[in-house]
Amino acid sequence: MDNNIEKRLQNLRDRLTYIGDIFAGKHRDNADLLEEKLSSFTERARSDSLEDPYGDLAALEDLFNYVERRLEDNITAMDRVRIVRHPQRICLRDILENVYDNFTEVGGQDEYSLDPGMLIARAVITRRRGKKSYTQSVMVIGQEKGHGAEFRNGGSVKPWGNAKARQYMRVAETEGIPIHTYIFTPGSYPIEDYPGAAQQIARNIYCMAGLRVPVVTVISEGGSGGAEAIGLADRRLMLSHGYYSVISPEGAAAIEGHLKAGQRATPELIEQCARNLKITALDNLKFGYIDRIVVEPPLGARPWHFDFFRHLRQEVLRATDEVVISTRTLPVLKGLALARVRQPDANLDEMYTRWGLSPAAKDRLLAHRQQKFLRLSRMAARDRRPFFAKMAVALWDWASKPWVSFKYDFYRKHQRRIRTFMEEMDNEWEVFKSRLFSPWRKLTRKLPTGRDDAGKTKELTALSSWSGEGHRKRWNYLSPRYKIDRAVTCPNSAAYGCLDLWGPDLFAEFAGVCSHCGYHFPMEPEWYVKNVFDLGSVFEFNSEIEAGNPLNFPGFDERITAAQKSTKCKSGCMTFEARIDNIKLVVAMLMGTFRGGSVGAAEGCKFVEAAQRAEKKRYPFLAYVHGTAGIRIQEGTHGVIQMPRCTVAVRRYIESGGLYMVLYDTNSFAGPVASFLGCSPYQFAVRSSNIGFAGPGVIKETTGMDIPPKYHRSYRALSRGHIQGIWDRREIRANLKQALLTIGGRNLYYR
Amino acid sequence: MIDISALLDEIKAQPFRDIVITTPHTGVVTFADIHQGDKAHGPQGQWKEKPGTVIATLERERNPKPICSAEKGVISLLHTELEGRFVEAGTPLAVLRHQLTRAEVENLILRKALHLFPAPERAKYYFTPDVDKKIRASDAHSVIVREGMELLIMSRMKREVPLHYSGPSGVIYAVYFKYNENIDAGAPLIGVCPQDQLPTIQEVIMRVQTDWAEKD
Repeated sequence: MDNNIEKRLQNLRDRLTYIGDIFAGKHRDNADLLEEKLSSFTERARSDSLEDPYGDLAALEDLFNYVERRLEDNITAMDRVRIVRHPQRICLRDILENVYDNFTEVGGQDEYSLDPGMLIARAVITRRRGKKSYTQSVMVIGQEKGHGAEFRNGGSVKPWGNAKARQYMRVAETEGIPIHTYIFTPGSYPIEDYPGAAQQIARNIYCMAGLRVPVVTVISEGGSGGAEAIGLADRRLMLSHGYYSVISPEGAAAIEGHLKAGQRATPELIEQCARNLKITALDNLKFGYIDRIVVEPPLGARPWHFDFFRHLRQEVLRATDEVVISTRTLPVLKGLALARVRQPDANLDEMYTRWGLSPAAKDRLLAHRQQKFLRLSRMAARDRRPFFAKMAVALWDWASKPWVSFKYDFYRKHQRRIRTFMEEMDNEWEVFKSRLFSPWRKLTRKLPTGRDDAGKTKELTALSSWSGEGHRKRWNYLSPRYKIDRAVTCPNSAAYGCLDLWGPDLFAEFAGVCSHCGYHFPMEPEWYVKNVFDLGSVFEFNSEIEAGNPLNFPGFDERITAAQKSTKCKSGCMTFEARIDNIKLVVAMLMGTFRGGSVGAAEGCKFVEAAQRAEKKRYPFLAYVHGTAGIRIQEGTHGVIQMPRCTVAVRRYIESGGLYMVLYDTNSFAGPVASFLGCSPYQFAVRSSNIGFAGPGVIKETTGMDIPPKYHRSYRALSRGHIQGIWDRREIRANLKQALLTIGGRNLYYR
Repeated sequence: MIDISALLDEIKAQPFRDIVITTPHTGVVTFADIHQGDKAHGPQGQWKEKPGTVIATLERERNPKPICSAEKGVISLLHTELEGRFVEAGTPLAVLRHQLTRAEVENLILRKALHLFPAPERAKYYFTPDVDKKIRASDAHSVIVREGMELLIMSRMKREVPLHYSGPSGVIYAVYFKYNENIDAGAPLIGVCPQDQLPTIQEVIMRVQTDWAEKD
C-alpha cells in the first residue's frame, strides 16, 4: 500500500472518529456501516488484493461524503456544540494560514505568550484589479483552541489575554487598519486576578464601542462574556455550525436542574437546554444579532476543507468592504458599490476597495455601529402601552429635542455670562447699601429694643435640643422585617464576637448594619429609593416595559409572573429621576429581588433609555445595583446582547459629557459587571457586597480551583482598583452627594 | 530539670485531651442527631471554611444557632438530659475526646522542656551573621547561647535593631521563625535546651516520631 493511500485512509479514520464523537452515540448504524467498509478496504489494501485501489478508495470517500451529507440534516443544537469543541474543528491558525496571504503573530508566540488562548496577528490580503495588485493589512484577533493543545486552555482567555487584545485593537486604530476578530471561546476564564475577568471584558467592550476602524467578527463558538470581549463589531458573521449563547448548555442545565456542586446534569436535560436556548446560527440571524451565515461543509469545517477557507475569505472581504462602503456619503455611488460587492458570485479578490477612512467617515462608521447595537433586541422586551401612548412619548421626545438643544447648547452658555454679570452688580449694590445704611445700623444697635441675641446664644452654647433636626425620625422607609420579633446572628460573630442583634432594632434603626462589626445585611430596594433620595422626588419612567419570555423557554412565563407578583414590579430594572439635596439625576436600579437582578431584554431596554434620557436632560446618571446575578439565561442571546448594547449607550452618554457612576450592593456578578457596569470610571460599593465575574461553584467547575471564602468581597475589588470606594449604607446619601459634587463639578456634567 | 521520659509516659497514659463543649449564651438546647461514642470532626476545607460537626442547636429569641465541634474526636459524654431545656451560658453540653496527634505531643513536650525566647514586637527576625554562618555550616544545635549574647536582628520598616538573648544557657533546639516573615509580639522565636539534655530530648522526639500512632 503506498503512502498516498495510507494518508487518505488516515483522513477517513479521522472522519469516522469525528462522526462518532459529535453524535455521542447517536446514528450508530451509519458509523458502523462506514467502519465496516473502511476496515474491509484497509484489510484488502494491506494484502494487496485490490485491482483498482484508487478507484475503490474514491468510492469509499464518496460513501463517506454521502453519509456526512445525510447526517447533516439530522444535526441538533447540542451536536453543534460538540462540533465546535472538537479538536478536529478548524482553529484560528488554520484560518490565518488559509484565508490570509501572510501573517506575523504579535504579542507572543505559541506557548511563549502572555495568554496562549488569545492569538493576535498582523495579516495581509493581496487583491488584484486588472494588472495591478494591492496589499491590504488587517489586525486579526481571536481565541485559539489549537486543536486541543493543553496550553491554549480551550480558548478560555484570562484577563491579561483580553487586555492584550484591547492593546492591539488600539494599535490597529492608530494604524488605521481594519480588525478581524474570530470568536472561538466557550467563555472567559473566571478569575479575579488583576484586573479581574469582568473588569477587563468591560474595558474591551467599552473600547470596541468607540473604535474608529472597521471591525468584522466571525463567530464559531461564542460563549457569553468571552465572546463579547472581542465581539462588538460592525459586521458579525457566524459559521453555520457554530453557536452563540449566553451560557453553555451544561451550565444552563445545572441551573435549570437546580444541581448542587459536584452533581452532573443528565444528557437529555443538556440537549433540551441547548434546544431551548436557541443558540444556532439560524436562530441568531432571525433575531438580528448576526448579519450573515458563512456556510460550512457537512458536519462542520475541518482543516482539510480548503474550499471553505476560500469561501470564508470572500465573506470576510465582502463584510469589510461593505463596512467601508457604507461610510460613504454619495448615495448613488455607495449603492452601486454595495450592490457590486454583495453579488453572490462576485470575486472579491479581483475587486479593490480602499480600507482607509477619512476622519468624517470614521465618525459615520462609529455612529452606524452604535446605532446598530442600540436598535437590537427592542422587540424582545414586552411593552404593553397602547399605540397612542407610545406615539405620544415618541412625539414628545422628538418635539422636546430642539428645546433641550436651545436650553443647553445656546441659552446655558449665555446664561453663565448673564449670571456672572448679575453677581458682580449685586456685589457692588451690597457694598453701596452697607455704606449707605451704616449710620442707621450704628444708631439701632445702641437701642434697648435692638436685637435679642438670647436665642442665638442658647443655640451656640446648649448641647442639643429636642426639637432639633437630629431627632427627626431617621429613616423614611423601614424594612418590613423589623416587625418580626426575633434575634439575628451576624455572620461575622465567630470572627469578631458580635452579639446577637434584635430584629426590630437591626432592620429599623440600625438600617440593617451590625452595630458591632458593621456587617451590612441585605435590605430591600425600596429602602434605598426612599432613604437615599429626597422624599417625594422620585419619578419613575418606562415602568410599563415588562420582562417577557422571548425564547418561549418552557415554564419561564410562570416564573416571570411569580416574580412580578412578589415584587410588584414588571421587570428587574427600575428607572427613575430623583433628587439628592436638589441635585437632579437619572437612576437605573437593578433589583436583586426580581429573579436575582438578572438582566434581560426589558432591563437592557430600560437601562439604555435611562442613559439616553440622562444624556438629553444633561443629568448625572447613576446605576445603582441592588444585586445582579448576571444575564438572564432563559432569554439566551436576547440577554447577552445587552452587554454591548448597554455599553454603547453608556459610552455615548459619557462621551457627550455625562457623569456615569455605579454603586454596587449585595451581590453583583457576571455579564452586567463585565460590560455596562464595569466600564464606568467611577464605581463604588456598599459594605459587605460581593463583586465578581463567576461565583465559587462556576470557578470550581471551570478551572478546578478552590477559591478562598472571601474571594469576591468588595475590599478585594477595591484593592485591585476595580472600585473606587466602599461606603456605609447609612452614609450613601451623603457620599453620593459628595461624589456628585466633587467628580461632576459645578454643573454635574463634565463639559 | 524536667524528667522528659516521665512526661512522655504521662502523655502515653492519657493520649487524649478532653474538650468540654459549653453553651456560649443562654437558650433552649436541641441536640443534633448525634450519640455518645460518635465521631465528630472539626472545621474542614483548605481554609477551614466548612464548620465542624453540629453537636446541638441553641435557640434564643427565636434565633437558632448551631454549636459545632472545634476539633476532631469522639463524643465521650453527651448531656442529653438538657434536651429541650433552657440553660445558662457556660453549661456543658458534651465532652469531646480528642486524640493527640504526633505534632501536638511533640509540641507539648518541647514547650515543657525548652526555654522559649519570645519576640518583643511584631517584626521580621534574622540571626546575626556569625550565628547564621554557624547554623548554615552545621545545624542549629551547634550554636550555644548564653545570657546577653547578641543573637538576633529585629528588622522592621528598614530599621534593624540587634536583639540580645536572655534566659538560661544552652543550645538552640528549635527555630520558630522563617526568613522574611513577620512574627507577632510574644510568639516564640527559638527554643533553647540545656546542652546536657539535648540527647534525651532528641531521643524522646525520635520515639514520638516513630512510635506514636495517630488514630482516625
